[in-house]
Amino acid sequence: MARKTTTQSKIVWTVIAWVVALVIFFPILYAVITSFKTEPEAIDGFSLIPSGTFENYITVQTQRDYFKPFMNSVILSIGSTILALIFAIPAAWAMAFAPTKRTKDVLMWMLSTKMMPAVAVLLPIYILFRNFGLLDTRIGLTIMLTLINLPIVVWMLYTYFREIPGEILEAARMDGANLWKEIVYVLTPMAVPGIASTLLLNIILAWNEAFWTIQLSTTNAAPLTAFIASFSSPQGLFWAKLSAASTMAIAPILILGWFSQKQLVRGLTFGAVK
Amino acid sequence: MGSITLKNVQKHFGEAKVIPSVDLEITDGEFVVFVGPSGSGKSTLLRLIAGLEDVSGGSITIDGKDVTEAAPAARGLAMVFQSYALYPHMSVRKNIAFPLKMAKMEQSAIDKKVADAARILNLTDYLERRPGQLSGGQRQRVAIGRAIVREPSAFLFDEPLSNLDAALRGTMRLEISDLHNQLKTTMIYVTHDQIEAMTMADKIVVLNRGNIEQVGSPMDLYNTPRNLFVAGFIGSPRMNLIEGEYAQAKNAKTAGIRPEHLTLSKESGTWKGTVSVAEHLGADTFLHLDVDGIGKMTARASGEFGAHHGDTVYLTPDETRLHRFDDKGLRIAG
Repeated sequence: MARKTTTQSKIVWTVIAWVVALVIFFPILYAVITSFKTEPEAIDGFSLIPSGTFENYITVQTQRDYFKPFMNSVILSIGSTILALIFAIPAAWAMAFAPTKRTKDVLMWMLSTKMMPAVAVLLPIYILFRNFGLLDTRIGLTIMLTLINLPIVVWMLYTYFREIPGEILEAARMDGANLWKEIVYVLTPMAVPGIASTLLLNIILAWNEAFWTIQLSTTNAAPLTAFIASFSSPQGLFWAKLSAASTMAIAPILILGWFSQKQLVRGLTFGAVK
Repeated sequence: MGSITLKNVQKHFGEAKVIPSVDLEITDGEFVVFVGPSGSGKSTLLRLIAGLEDVSGGSITIDGKDVTEAAPAARGLAMVFQSYALYPHMSVRKNIAFPLKMAKMEQSAIDKKVADAARILNLTDYLERRPGQLSGGQRQRVAIGRAIVREPSAFLFDEPLSNLDAALRGTMRLEISDLHNQLKTTMIYVTHDQIEAMTMADKIVVLNRGNIEQVGSPMDLYNTPRNLFVAGFIGSPRMNLIEGEYAQAKNAKTAGIRPEHLTLSKESGTWKGTVSVAEHLGADTFLHLDVDGIGKMTARASGEFGAHHGDTVYLTPDETRLHRFDDKGLRIAG
C-alpha cells in the first residue's frame, strides 16, 4: 500500500530534518560566530551574538601566513586525489571486469585497512618517513593521503564500473582498442560522473585529514589542518583565533561541497538507488 | 575472404564442459546461423570465434590462419551485440568511426567510409545524434554500421534482434539478409528464434548442450532432421512426436508428423481429436487437440477452417511426410 503523505506529516518531517541539520551544522556555525568575538568574549560562556570584530582574521593572517598552508592543502588534496585515481582506475577496472574468485576478498581487505586505528601504525610510518627523508615534505604527505584514501576511491570506482555493461568494452576490444585505449576512450568517459564524484569526495577527505598531516609535517608541508592545530599551542588556547583559522580553513571546501552537492549525493548513492 | 574452421574446439568453465568438442567448417560468404535453446552454447561458440573467450582446447582458423591465440581485433572480425553495445558518450558518427580511428586511418578516409555506411543504413540524418536519442532499430543499424566500416572477413551477430519488437524484428531481418546479399561477406548469426534461423540462413547449425546436433540448409533440417532434438526444435509449431502402437506399426520408437502435414476433416480421418485451444492467426489456424489413443497434438489448418474449443475433428497424417526415430532418438532412413 502506498504511504499517504499528509501536509501535517510533511511539516513534522521538515522540522525534524531542519533540527538534525542544525545539530550537525551547529559546531561549524558556532566556530564562525566565535571567530567574530574577542578572546575574552570567546571564553565567557555560551553566546550566539558576537561583537563583530574582524581582529582575529587580521591577526591570523598577519601573525601566521594563511596562504602557505592553504596552498599546501590545495596541492596535497588535488595531488593525492590524482595519484589515487591513477592507481584506482586500473584496479577498479580489473576488479569490475576481470573478477576472480578472490576479488571480493581483496576489496574487503582493502576496506578493512580503513577500520584499523591510524595511531596503531604511527610509529613505523613515522620512522619510514624519517628514513626516506619524507617528513614535512609535500611529496611525503601526498603519498600518505593517497594511501589512506585509496581503498575508498577503489571501492567507489568499482561500484561505478560495475554498472557499465561489459559488452561495450568487448565491442571496443573487437573494434581494435587495446586495454589502454579501452580505458581512455570508452571506460573513463562513460564513468565521468562516477569519477567526478569520487574526485570531489577524495579532495574533501584529503583536505580534512588531520591525523597524519599534523603528525608528519611541521612548517614546510603543513596544510590548513596543521595550521588550525597550531593555535592550540604553544602559547595556550586562543578560541577566537582558532575559530577564525578554522573558518578560513573550512571555507574553501565548504564552498566546493556546496556547489558539488548534487554530484556528491549521486556518487555516494550510486547503485543503491536507481 | 572469410572461411572459418573450428577443429575440436572446447570450452570449460571449471568443471563444466560448456562446449565438449565442436568441429565446424564455414565457407566464405556463407550466412550461418547458430540456433539452439538457452544454455546450448551458441553464444559461447560465437564468443570463442570472436576471441572474447579463450578456448580450452582445439583450434580456430580464419582464412587458413590459426587465430586460436589471437586478440579479438587481430582476427579481422566484426561483431554486433544483443545490447547494441554502442558508446553512449559518442555521436553516431564517432561510434561508426571508432574502429577506423583505432586502426589509425586517415581522417579523410574515415569520413568517406562513415558517410558510405550511413548511406547504406539510412543513418545520414542521424550522424550527429547520440545513441540515447535513437530508436532501437536505429541503434542496431549504428551497431551494424560500426561493423561494416571495418570491412571484416566475417560478421558475428549475437542475437541482434532480440531487444526489438516483433514488427521491427521482421524489418531488420530483411535488412540484414539484404546486407548479406550486397556485401557477400561471411556472417555468423546466433539466435534462439528458429524463424530467424530458417528465414536468413544458408546453413543452420543446431546446438544442444554444447554439441552440434545437425548442420544443414534450412530445408534439410526441416525435411530430414537427424534426431528427435532437431525434429522438435526446427519447425513452428513443433513437430508432433508419437510413441506407442502407432510408432511401433511404423517400425519406430517414435514417429513424427508436422502440424502442417495433417489433413483435417470434420467428418472422418485416421484419428479422432477434440479441440482444446484454437489459435486463429488469420491465414492459419493452429489447433491444439486431445487425440484419442495418442494424446496431445497440434495441427495447422487454413484460416477458414472453423473450429473451436470442444469441437470434434478428424486428423489424417500424410504418410509420405512421416519421420521415424529409433530408441536412441536417431532418424531411421527411408
